[in-house]
Amino acid sequence: MFSAERIRAILEAQLPDCTAIVRDDLQDGEHFDAEVTSSAFVGLPKVRQHQLVYGALGAHMRSDIHALALKTFTPDDWKRR
Amino acid sequence: MTTTHERIQQLVDANEVLLFMKGTADYPQCGFSMRAVSVLRALGVPFRDVNVLQDPEIREGIKAFSNWPTIPQLYVKQQFVGGSDIMMEMYENGELETLVAGIAHQA
Repeated sequence: MFSAERIRAILEAQLPDCTAIVRDDLQDGEHFDAEVTSSAFVGLPKVRQHQLVYGALGAHMRSDIHALALKTFTPDDWKRR
Repeated sequence: MTTTHERIQQLVDANEVLLFMKGTADYPQCGFSMRAVSVLRALGVPFRDVNVLQDPEIREGIKAFSNWPTIPQLYVKQQFVGGSDIMMEMYENGELETLVAGIAHQA
């Protein structure tokens, strides 16, 4: 079991200037939805942005988290979304 | 003996559009894989599907190969594109169509 709150806390601790909105609409502790904003994403292609998120979550991605629907934003992307 | 890494590299080299997925294009066995197939079909681009559920070595090996922890995974012209979320975003903003432009369309 994992929680949206733990994912949010990990991401905001690991990524610079990070705001993470994490939801678990199914409330099953395995499927999550995240919108993650960080200055670390500036200038990177989407694939690298997602890799940074997966890297921050580390081993949790292979064990606790069954599925994470992910959207990443630079601070400017987030303002313009 | 061929290593898993070499087998994956051969698949990547041999297919212009390659989708590692759970299930097959006709019978996806996961919602994310189904979404990935839908995107490629909407673009009308031919692709090779690799069912990782039939091949535990590739299922684990592809995660290290791409530095990506989840399935599905899309490769176009030997480049790793991403998973289903990125495919959806790139489909909606037209980038994926640009990426596959020039690859023969299905009838």
